[in-house]
Parts: sequence; C-alpha cells; structure tokens
Amino acid sequence: MKLLTHNMLSSKSLKGVVVGYPLKIEAYDVKVTEVEFNPEFIAKVIPKIDYSVLIRAAEYLGHVGKLPGHVPENVEKNTDFLKEVHHALLEVEVVKGDLVCPESGRRFPITDGIPNMLLNEDEV
Amino acid sequence: MMKIKQLEQELQQLSTFDQPNILLEQYATSPHIASRMLYVAQNQYEDIQDCLVADLGAGCGVLSIGALMLGAGHVTAFEIDQNAIDTILENCEDEEVALDIINCDVIKLLPGRFEKHFDTVVMNPPFGTKHNAGIDMKFLEIAAAISNNAIYSLHKTSTRAHVLKKGEQLGLHAKVLAELRYDLPSTYKFHKKKSVDIEVDFIRFSTKKES
Repeated sequence: MKLLTHNMLSSKSLKGVVVGYPLKIEAYDVKVTEVEFNPEFIAKVIPKIDYSVLIRAAEYLGHVGKLPGHVPENVEKNTDFLKEVHHALLEVEVVKGDLVCPESGRRFPITDGIPNMLLNEDEV
Repeated sequence: MMKIKQLEQELQQLSTFDQPNILLEQYATSPHIASRMLYVAQNQYEDIQDCLVADLGAGCGVLSIGALMLGAGHVTAFEIDQNAIDTILENCEDEEVALDIINCDVIKLLPGRFEKHFDTVVMNPPFGTKHNAGIDMKFLEIAAAISNNAIYSLHKTSTRAHVLKKGEQLGLHAKVLAELRYDLPSTYKFHKKKSVDIEVDFIRFSTKKES
C-alpha cells in the first residue's frame, strides 16, 4: 500500500463510525521502490490529497525527508518539492502491517502490500 | 505510443482465472477487448496517459495492467476476491509493473473519500444474474461518484436502453463506442455449448457536458 492510497482510505463504511479518517498505520515491513518521476502528474495529484495526513504517515514510516510542513506556492515549478512528494506518495510502500480505524479500533490487515478492507455483514 | 496489436499481445501473456468464482461472475476480459477499450480511451480521448485510473472489479488485472502499459500516472485496482488478487500480483511481477490493489467490496467501501478522485474509471462489471440483479448499475453509480472525467465500461447490448437511462439519471453523457462480441468460453459446468457469444456494448460515460 502506497501512501497515496492510505491518504484516500477511510473506515466510514463501518457501522457507527462517523469519519473514520485518517487510518492509523502500524507497519511491520516497509519497502521503497523506485518509480519514474512524473512532475506534471504529481502536481495534479497534490490538490487531491490531505497533505497533513501524508506528512504524518511519512513521518511515522521514517520517510518524511525534506517535506515542508505546508504545501509551498507555485508547486508546478518547484521540482525539489515535487520529487519529495513523489517519493512519499508513490515510492514508499507498506508491505505488511495494519490500518487501524481511529474511532472503533477495527484493524484492517495489510498483506503483500494489499490492504484488506472487506467488512463482515454485521459491520455495515 | 504502443501499437494496439502490441498491447493485445502483451495482454495475452497475462494469467487468467484458474477457478472462476461463479457467484462473482468471474469472466476474464479478453486481451482483444481490453486492448481495444484502452486504445480508444487513450487515442481518441487521451484518458489514460498521466491519468489517475481506477479499475473496479479488476479480476486478473487485464485492464489495470493495460492502462499502465499505455502510460497511466497511477492505477488502483479494486477487487473482492483473494484468488483474483493473487493472479494480479503474479501478472504484475511477470510484467514488471506496479499498481495499488485494494481488497474490498466496491459497493460497500466506495465512494468514501474517493469522491471525484480518479480521472478515469475502467471496468468490466458483473453483468448481473438472478441472485445479484442490478449489480452492473451499482458499479456504474460508484464509478460516477469517484470519477471526475470519464468511465469506460462494458454492458450487455440487450440492456442498452436501461443502461443509457441510468447514465442519464446519474448526470452522465453516454456514447456507445462499439458493439462487441463477447465470447464466453464454457467456463462453468452449466454451460452446455462450447462457448456462448453475447453482444456487449463498449460505452464511454462522460461526467462533463461535452462528451
């Protein structure tokens, strides 16, 4: 699971959960894979994500690098910043771990890099 | 850009379902159909390259992997079945491509926070049978919620009027791009003939006015 996906996932489909976001990460195995850098794509993705959630997740995984606390202005031209975001969003991957619902404590296991978000009938 | 024939040949290398699950209507999207869907999406509409792409009910990942081959910025495959996911992982390893897979029930998890997140949704939804009638339209509803631009989907030609009406209700502008023959091999025991040809519409739904 890349942090781009973590940034979008929530547990609000669980019965009784109101926001269910952000999901807490507990990582047992993290890997970094090189992914081709596409600055236009990253610039397009930044407005879609919750930047503070990305920072916290990257910090927890020890990959915050030189990411600043806030999104700077004119990101399109800021290649250094785009590269840092690219790394955090797409190159860092949780291979094994858990995602934890912040309200209910329900755990969603991550195996082979894939979060299992399946719910039982009595949970929805 | 990769030629259509080359894309089809690449997709022919992928593994498909060992033991298709009948309840999930697991029919693999043929390399022939998948390559044409993706090629049209990119060549006529520029809806793949550098785009955020979702594949709903990804199965063995044919559409997901094909989208990556055509230069998608990022692909997320949503799939409920662990066996299918194992095949996607195997295919990704063979093709040396990386996509994000989420093991979930599309209907229950989405849209969630994915509202308008994806530029393009590609899908070959379950057509719906007696026990899950209307599931294809539920997939279309979800696709409409998570896309900010376009949806490429397959639907039975016999249900076209219904599908187009549903699209309109969802505020989508639909265009039937092709009528295809979907050759279903006799995957399941109850199929008496060797294969069954069904007619399928390849439809592009646009979330914008100019479709």
